[in-house]
Amino acid sequence: MPFKANSPEGALDDKWTKYRSTMNLVAPNNKRRIDIIVVGTGLAGAAAAATLGELGYNVKAFTFHDSPRRAHSIAAQGGINAAKNYQNDGDSVFRLFYDTIKGGDYRSRESNVHRLAEVSRNIIDQCVAQGVPFAREYGGLLANRSFGGVQVSRTFYAKGQTGQQLLLGAYQALSRQISLGNVEMYNRHEMLDVVIEDGKARGIIARNLLTGKLERFGAHCVVLGTGGYGNVFYLSTNAMGSNVSAAWRATKRGALMANPCYTQIHPTCIPVSGDYQSKLTLMSESLRNDGRVWVPAHKEDVMAIREGRMSAKDIPEDRRDYYLERRYPAFGNLVPRDVASRAAKVACDEGFGVNKTGLAVFLDFASAIQRYGKTEAHSNGLHNPDAKKIEELGKKVIEAKYGNLFEMYEKITGENPYEVPMKIFPAVHYTMGGLWVDYNLETNIPGLFALGECNFSDHGANRLGASALMQGLADGYFVIPYTIGQFLSKEIRTPKIDNSSPAFMEAEKDVDDRLKKLLSINGSQSVESFHRRLGLIMWEYCGMSRNAEGLQKGRKLIQELREEFWKDVFVPGNEDEFNPELEKATRVADFLELGELMMVDALDRNESCGGHFREEYQSEEGEALRRDDEYAYVAAWEWVNGGDPILHREDLEFENVELKTRSYK
Amino acid sequence: MKLTLKIWKQANNKTAGKFETYPVEADEHMSFLEMLDVLNESLLTEKKEPVVFEHDCREGICGSCSMVINGQPHGPNKGTTACQLHMRSFKDGQTITIEPWRAKAFPIVKDLVVDRSAFDRIIQAGGYISVNTGQAQDGNAIPIEKGLASEAMDAATCIGCGACVAACPNASAMLFTSAKVSHLGLMPQGEVEHTKRVQSMVTQMDTEGFGNCSNVGVCEAECPKGISIENIARMNRQYIGSVFGSATKVEKA
Repeated sequence: MPFKANSPEGALDDKWTKYRSTMNLVAPNNKRRIDIIVVGTGLAGAAAAATLGELGYNVKAFTFHDSPRRAHSIAAQGGINAAKNYQNDGDSVFRLFYDTIKGGDYRSRESNVHRLAEVSRNIIDQCVAQGVPFAREYGGLLANRSFGGVQVSRTFYAKGQTGQQLLLGAYQALSRQISLGNVEMYNRHEMLDVVIEDGKARGIIARNLLTGKLERFGAHCVVLGTGGYGNVFYLSTNAMGSNVSAAWRATKRGALMANPCYTQIHPTCIPVSGDYQSKLTLMSESLRNDGRVWVPAHKEDVMAIREGRMSAKDIPEDRRDYYLERRYPAFGNLVPRDVASRAAKVACDEGFGVNKTGLAVFLDFASAIQRYGKTEAHSNGLHNPDAKKIEELGKKVIEAKYGNLFEMYEKITGENPYEVPMKIFPAVHYTMGGLWVDYNLETNIPGLFALGECNFSDHGANRLGASALMQGLADGYFVIPYTIGQFLSKEIRTPKIDNSSPAFMEAEKDVDDRLKKLLSINGSQSVESFHRRLGLIMWEYCGMSRNAEGLQKGRKLIQELREEFWKDVFVPGNEDEFNPELEKATRVADFLELGELMMVDALDRNESCGGHFREEYQSEEGEALRRDDEYAYVAAWEWVNGGDPILHREDLEFENVELKTRSYK
Repeated sequence: MKLTLKIWKQANNKTAGKFETYPVEADEHMSFLEMLDVLNESLLTEKKEPVVFEHDCREGICGSCSMVINGQPHGPNKGTTACQLHMRSFKDGQTITIEPWRAKAFPIVKDLVVDRSAFDRIIQAGGYISVNTGQAQDGNAIPIEKGLASEAMDAATCIGCGACVAACPNASAMLFTSAKVSHLGLMPQGEVEHTKRVQSMVTQMDTEGFGNCSNVGVCEAECPKGISIENIARMNRQYIGSVFGSATKVEKA
C-alpha cells in the first residue's frame, strides 16, 4: 500500500510558508460547485466547516448531537497553548515545536509539529476577534499560565472553561455560515459509513437518529473531525457519546489507523467510587500549577487515613512524600502527564494509596493558599496578618483561579477541597493515535481527511497539556482550508456526486444489514454490560503499563468477547425510530474491533515511549526506555477482517532535534 | 436506598404521554444519571424499553441533560446540572418525579428528550461576531478591562441547556438570548454590530414561540450556571435603544 508523508522540502521554518504560497488553489467560481462533507462539530470540525464555508465551498456538516455546540471539546478545562511570548519568558515557535516533539517522546512528525507551533499564534488572534472572553490582566492584556512539561507560561485560558469558550467561538462562526446558507447543518445525524468510489472518498451514509432513516450524502471529499476513542476503556473522561465509529468505518474501508496504542492517561482525575460508575471527571492540569501531589511516607499513616483515624492535615510535613518534587526536581509537580500518571501508579502499587481502594493520591493546595494569602495581605497593606486572615485571602485567590473546578470536585465527592486535599487518580483522557494522515491531513484514501484528535498526527506518544485545543483549531481554521485545495484543485471537472451510484447503494445496504443484525440477535445481555467488560480488559492489559504476555491474553479475551457480543447482545426497539440503544450498539461493536488493534499495536512496539509503557522496557529507575534504532516509526495499521492486521511503517526522520532520553529531572 | 421513580414516558410528539412508576435501588454516591443507568440496566434485563434521556459529558458543561426533577429543572441543588446531582441529595424511601422540559418551542422527541433546535436558530440569527478566519489582528491589540472581560465571561458560561425556559411560567428564552447578547456586546470586538444583533436575535426568539419576560426571576434561580437576569435588563435597554436608534454603547452592570 503506497503512502507518503508528503512533507514539503526545505528548511523547517520555511516549509509551511513556502508550501502555502505555492500550493494549488481552487478559483472562487469553482468553489461554488464543490461539495464538502464535514463530520463532527467539535473544535476541529466546526472550525473547518465554518472556514470552508467562508471560502465559498458548499459544506454539509454532521453531528450526532442535538446541536453542534455539544461536542466534547466543550469540556476541555485548562487552556490553549500558543507561542506568543507575551510573557517575555523566552518562548518562541521553535520552543513550542521542541517542547511538543520532546513531550511526545520523539514519536511525531517534525514538519507537522512545526506548522502547528507556527499557526498557534494565529489561533489566539482569531479567537479574540470572535469575542472569546479569555482571562486578562489588570492592564487589559491577555493572561497566561503554565502547563506540564514546559518551563514557560504560554497557556491562554478562560477560567476552567477554555474548551467551552473556544467551541462556542467556533460554533458561532459555524452558525453564521449556516445563516448565510454556506453550510447545511445536519443535527442528530450519525455517520455510519464512508463511501469510496474509484478509490476516492465521495460521501457518507448517515442515520437520521430521530427517524432512524438511512440517508446517502455525496460530496467531492469528506473531512472527519470526530474526536478520539478513549471510551474504548468504558471509564474515561470522555463524554458518554464519544466514539470511534466514523474513524473505524474509514479503517474498515481501507484507511490506516496509526499508533492506536498511544493513549493518554491523565494524572488528575476524581477516583472511581463504585461499580455503577459511568464516567470519570478530570480535574484540570492547571491545578498542578498550585497543587502539590503527595502520599504519606509511612505505611502506618496510610492505614490510619484509610480507616478514617487520621486525616491528611494530621500528617506533619516530615512524614509526607511529595514524590514528584522528590523524583523530578526540575519540573516538580509540572512534569508531563504520562510521567505524573506513572508516578501515581507506582505510589499506589507500593501500597501508599490514600483512599479505601488504595487507588488515590493527594493533590494539596494548603501551601498555595498560604503563599497567595501572604502576597494578598502584603498588597493590601496588611503587614502583620494573622493566620486566619492569610488563609481567608489565600482561599479567595485560589477560588478566583479554580473556583469552578473546586465546586465540581465538591459536588462529586462531597468533600471541600479548600479544607482537605483533593484525592486524585489517573484516568483515560485522550488518544494520540488515530487515522494516519499526511502533511495535508489526508488519509491514505484520496479525498478523505482527518482533523483534530481523530488523526494521529502531532502529539507523538504523549500530548502536552493545552495542546489538544491548539491542534483542533489549527487543523480546522488554518491547515485544512489550504491543504484541501491540493486535492480539490484536481476535482474541478468532477460533476456533482451521484448518491445513487452502486457504491452508495452497496454501502447503504451494508449499514442496513448491520443494524438489522444487531436488532435480530435478541440475546440476554445489554450493550452497556459488554462495553463495561471491554473496558476492564483494556484497562487491565492495555492501560498504564503493558507487557507482552498480558497483551496476548487481552487480545484473545477481546476476540472472545466480540464473538459473545454478536451472539448474545440485546438491543430493544426498532431501526426506524429514535433508538439510543441501537446507536450505542453500533459504537460498541466498533470498539470491540479497535480494542484488539490496540493490543496488537502495543505488542508490536517493543519499547516504552510516552503513554505506552511496556514493563519489559524500563530503566533501572523505572523510567521509560525508548528504542529509537528500531521503533522510531509511526505504526500505520491496515485492518483485515478476520485476519491479522498488517503493519505499514512511516519512518520518522529527525533533522532538527536530537533524539535524547526525555528527562524532567 | 430504595426509591420510587415517576417518569414521563412518551413515544413521540404525536402520541400522548403519561407517568410510569418504577422502583429502583440506589447508592448515595451515585450521580442522578447513574441511578437512571441502574434502572435502565434492570429494564433491559427484563427485555423492556429503557427510559430515554439526553446526556453526554456528565460533568455539567455540554448542556445535554434536560429533566425536571420534582418540579425543578435539574433538580433541587443550586447551580447544578442533573448530571452533577448526586443521590446523597435524596432520602431513602423518597418518590422522585422526572419530567422533560415543557415548552411549546421545545417539542418532545421521546420520553425526557426534547428538541432544542430553536436555540441554535436564535444563535444563527446573530449570536456571533462577523469575522472570517484569517482576518484578525494581534490578540493584544485591543486591551480589554479585566472586569469587563470577566463580566462577558460570566454571561458566556451559558451551556444552552434550556432550564431557564423550562422554569419560566411564560417559557421565555430571554435569559438564554440575553446572555449571548451581553457576552458579545460587552466585548469591543462585538460592540460594532450589536444593534443589528439584538434586533435579529429577539425577533428570532419571538418567532420560535418563546414567551416574554414578566420579571419572575425563576430563570436565574434555576440556571445551573448562575447566569444573572441583569443580562435581561441589559438586553431590554439595548433592544429599546436599537429601535429608537440611540444605543451606541453597551452599558456595563
